Amino acid sequence: MNFRAMAAVLAATVVLPLGVAQATDLEVTHWWTSGGEAAAVKELATKFDASGNKWVDGAIAGGGSTARPIMISRITGGDPMGATQFNHGRQAQELVEAGLMRDLTAVAEKGNWKEVIKPSSLLDSCTIDGKIYCVPVNIHSWQWLWLNNEAFEKAGVPVPKDWNEFVAAGPKLKEAGIHPLALGGQAWQANGLFDTLLLALGGKELHEAVYVKKDAEAAAGPEVAKVFEAAAQARELSMGTNVQDWNQATNMVITGKAAGQVMGDWAQGEFQIAGKVAGKDYSCLPGLGVSQYITTGGDAFYFPVLKNEEASKAQDALAEVLVAPETQVAFNLKKGSLPIRGDIDLGTANDCMKKGLEIVAKGNALTSTDQLLSPDSQSQKQDLMTEFFSSASMTPEAAQKRFVEIISSAD
Amino acid sequence: MTAHAHAKRPNQLFRNLTAKIASIPMILIALGIFLGGSIWTVVYSFTSSRLLPRATFVGFDQFERLWASSRWIISIQNLAIYGILSLIFSMVIGFVLAALMDQKIRFENAFRTIFLYPFALSFIVTGLVWQWILNPEFGIQGIVRSLGWTSFTFDPLYNADIVIYGILIAGLWQGTGLVMCLMLAGLRGIDEDIWKAARVDGIPMWRTYLFIVIPMMRPVFITTLVIIASGIVKVYDLVVAQTSGGPGTASEVPAKYVYDYMFQAQNLGQGFAASTMMLLTVAIIIIPWAYLEFGGKKRG
Amino acid sequence: MANISTLNTAAAGFDAVSDQVATGPRGRKPRRTFSPRNIMLYGTLIVAALYYLLPLYVMVVTSLKGMPEVRMGNIFSPPMEITFEPWVKAWAEACTGLNCDGLSRGFWNSVRILIPSVVVSIAVASVSGYALANWRFKGSELFFSILIIGAFIPYQVMLYPVVIALREIGVYGTLTGLVIVHTIFGMPILTLLFRNYFASLPVELFKAARIDGAGFWQIYFRIMLPMALPIFVVAMILQVTGIWNDFLFGVVFTRPDVYPMTVQLNNIVNSVQGVKEYNVNMAATLLTGAVPLIVYFVSGRLFVRGIAAGAVKG
Repeated sequence: MNFRAMAAVLAATVVLPLGVAQATDLEVTHWWTSGGEAAAVKELATKFDASGNKWVDGAIAGGGSTARPIMISRITGGDPMGATQFNHGRQAQELVEAGLMRDLTAVAEKGNWKEVIKPSSLLDSCTIDGKIYCVPVNIHSWQWLWLNNEAFEKAGVPVPKDWNEFVAAGPKLKEAGIHPLALGGQAWQANGLFDTLLLALGGKELHEAVYVKKDAEAAAGPEVAKVFEAAAQARELSMGTNVQDWNQATNMVITGKAAGQVMGDWAQGEFQIAGKVAGKDYSCLPGLGVSQYITTGGDAFYFPVLKNEEASKAQDALAEVLVAPETQVAFNLKKGSLPIRGDIDLGTANDCMKKGLEIVAKGNALTSTDQLLSPDSQSQKQDLMTEFFSSASMTPEAAQKRFVEIISSAD
Repeated sequence: MTAHAHAKRPNQLFRNLTAKIASIPMILIALGIFLGGSIWTVVYSFTSSRLLPRATFVGFDQFERLWASSRWIISIQNLAIYGILSLIFSMVIGFVLAALMDQKIRFENAFRTIFLYPFALSFIVTGLVWQWILNPEFGIQGIVRSLGWTSFTFDPLYNADIVIYGILIAGLWQGTGLVMCLMLAGLRGIDEDIWKAARVDGIPMWRTYLFIVIPMMRPVFITTLVIIASGIVKVYDLVVAQTSGGPGTASEVPAKYVYDYMFQAQNLGQGFAASTMMLLTVAIIIIPWAYLEFGGKKRG
Repeated sequence: MANISTLNTAAAGFDAVSDQVATGPRGRKPRRTFSPRNIMLYGTLIVAALYYLLPLYVMVVTSLKGMPEVRMGNIFSPPMEITFEPWVKAWAEACTGLNCDGLSRGFWNSVRILIPSVVVSIAVASVSGYALANWRFKGSELFFSILIIGAFIPYQVMLYPVVIALREIGVYGTLTGLVIVHTIFGMPILTLLFRNYFASLPVELFKAARIDGAGFWQIYFRIMLPMALPIFVVAMILQVTGIWNDFLFGVVFTRPDVYPMTVQLNNIVNSVQGVKEYNVNMAATLLTGAVPLIVYFVSGRLFVRGIAAGAVKG
């Protein structure tokens, strides 16, 4: 072997392609890997395949925090996928500003998205400088308390109607050997629990003062102090849960090992897969039963700029498919989330989804923290919350002090 | 292609030209990646880069924020605890095992195979197995409880105070075999006459080890130390597979901080600042070692 | 660069002494078989051996149980009913998202990553090591020094620059890109290994060949290569286990459809649908660890020698 031969070997490895992609194959990356989520993705894939293209599934397990770095390094590394999930809002902002994402305005105008997508804030967070860069696919709200009815029967207490009753039932549940509150170990779960408590117990004004205006004084105030007290109670109720993933925590509620979980409406998909009936086997309390507000974050698909024209066409087709009424119905029923269109009938929606739809219809939907805070600020908040919820030794006062620092430097 | 090597009065640049051409990949990697990459990272740690690198310099802001972050402090503490304990334990266990193996035992090969096999497994595999064994419900805790001792508690992976020891157990399992092998190689390198002399003088065996053999093995110890230490700084996969940094932030390590802030929090500047600190740590480990080695011997 | 020369001598020392690992034990002669000393000695060794074997045993036992049996309790008890279903599921059925083809895909991806990476990294490193040992030129030691310091730099420091470098030459996300990454990060230790080995060969051989008019490549292929077979085997073992076990580069530098086995393992274990299937997880873990384990058990002594020589890789 001489140098030329070695060069030939090198060249041979260059032309050996890793993934063979046809023009209309579109690789779609997402982090929907739990049972309910996978079933919902399948709906999207089927609908897209019916449009004459092929959905190449690029699921990345371990939640958004594992998947996003991989997606971002692929886009910035110059190997973009056909489409990718993000929580819309700030996560992809810089990618858009760097010109790495496709402008979908033409598709949006064709499909009249401005009219059909409700609430309009969903499309607003996809809009940068008047152009639309993402397709919202669902509305997710965080502010739900999921309860296993049987667990409360076993403990001999009525199924709570709100958060305060739930906290009061804690000791009885513990006596019956049931974990009162299931909380997974991943940082975003603790963070979501806190934001939920803040909106439910502190109200709309507090949510807006802290997260929209980033008002450090409000964050340092007595109302937030109360929220931290409540978070400390929640922490005590959740001690000893010992699971990582959110759906394992949900599974504890489904099987009656735990009585309740504060989790977004996507938890519902898990109840459905397990064959449980809303209202009979489990109950759901939007706004933790205390307030009638929910935040609407959600998932959206972004489309990186591709050189291949065929693939770009397939991207347009996927964008259309995602917004189409049939897709919206099929997908959201499986996912347990709310559709992004106001003009479709979810006749088969269960009790919990109907409650959510009512709240959205009343206009009580607020912007979620994912859209209000930068990923950097959210990460810092997550670090704080996961530390707070996992160590009983951290006082609410100490946590609030750090919270104020994060809010005052937030962007 | 070989003519250049024989050319008369060759130009300095063209001497051994083939060798130089053949070394191009090495030179590129050394200069372009290792040197260039490190410098690039250090330079950008002084910028406010978010998702994409941007040359907007902000002085020491990133470093100030880094050292004000409790997660970084926890990461450093964990690394210190993990590092010191894993150094001590792997050295002691590795040496004791090597000394035992050096007693003309039977089945030496079998024992060595058993002690060393975990080293062939990845940290991901190691982390997953130990996560299972330390699972409070099904693992050691569950079994001891089912034997009747119901108050027994051993859940290192779910207890923020001791989680780092749970990771240490797995790390030691994976790595001590290697240390044992290095130590055994060192022991076998010691002259038989030393043992004979010690025996003639009636020096007990433990004293021979402690005061004669170990000092003689200084180079092996120091090199082992550097190997373990540079591995410790890189600890990442093990934590990800075993705890993902939890519970809370209790088992975070610097390498994970770097990764998370660079890619998840979309704050490259912060990640670069943290990796610059890691680079500094490595320098702090390597330079005194080199100095010690250099000072201990005459230059050869 | 004092630190480097000492590192070299230390590593060369390993190589020399590690040969003696197999030459025979020292210490005192054993006495009677059941002396208290022997009981202590073997007792300790056996207890230690049990600690090291325990996880392997637990993996095997758990992977052969059905889920009901796993849930009932004792992770140490042997399976009452042996089932190979978890193995089948881990290999061919476990899901990540919509892909339900288990680890098999990852296995073949790993093989496809492994072979070119091992070949290219060893080819580049052996030539570099040879040039460093026999054809020193101005600055060659400096480049080598930088390379060796590189072995100690945390990968995270290099991650972003490498992403950019690969993007600039347009191979990010391709097999070529990953092969380059493995070549880069395998470079320090492999070059050290080859350089020390070639340097230890008698200089007369090289000189005689030069007098006969042989050039760089002729000497490499006709003289050095045939003599360096043992060190090639060591390098291969190191690279096969190292590249197979890699997780970080596999995550960052590939796309989901070509994920290597370790990344897929992590995906499968973390894609919980309903309850965690520990038996499937353990079977998947064993399957992923199988290749390096087999390499290790088959190669035995060479592996010991390889890691002793190459332990600086860390």
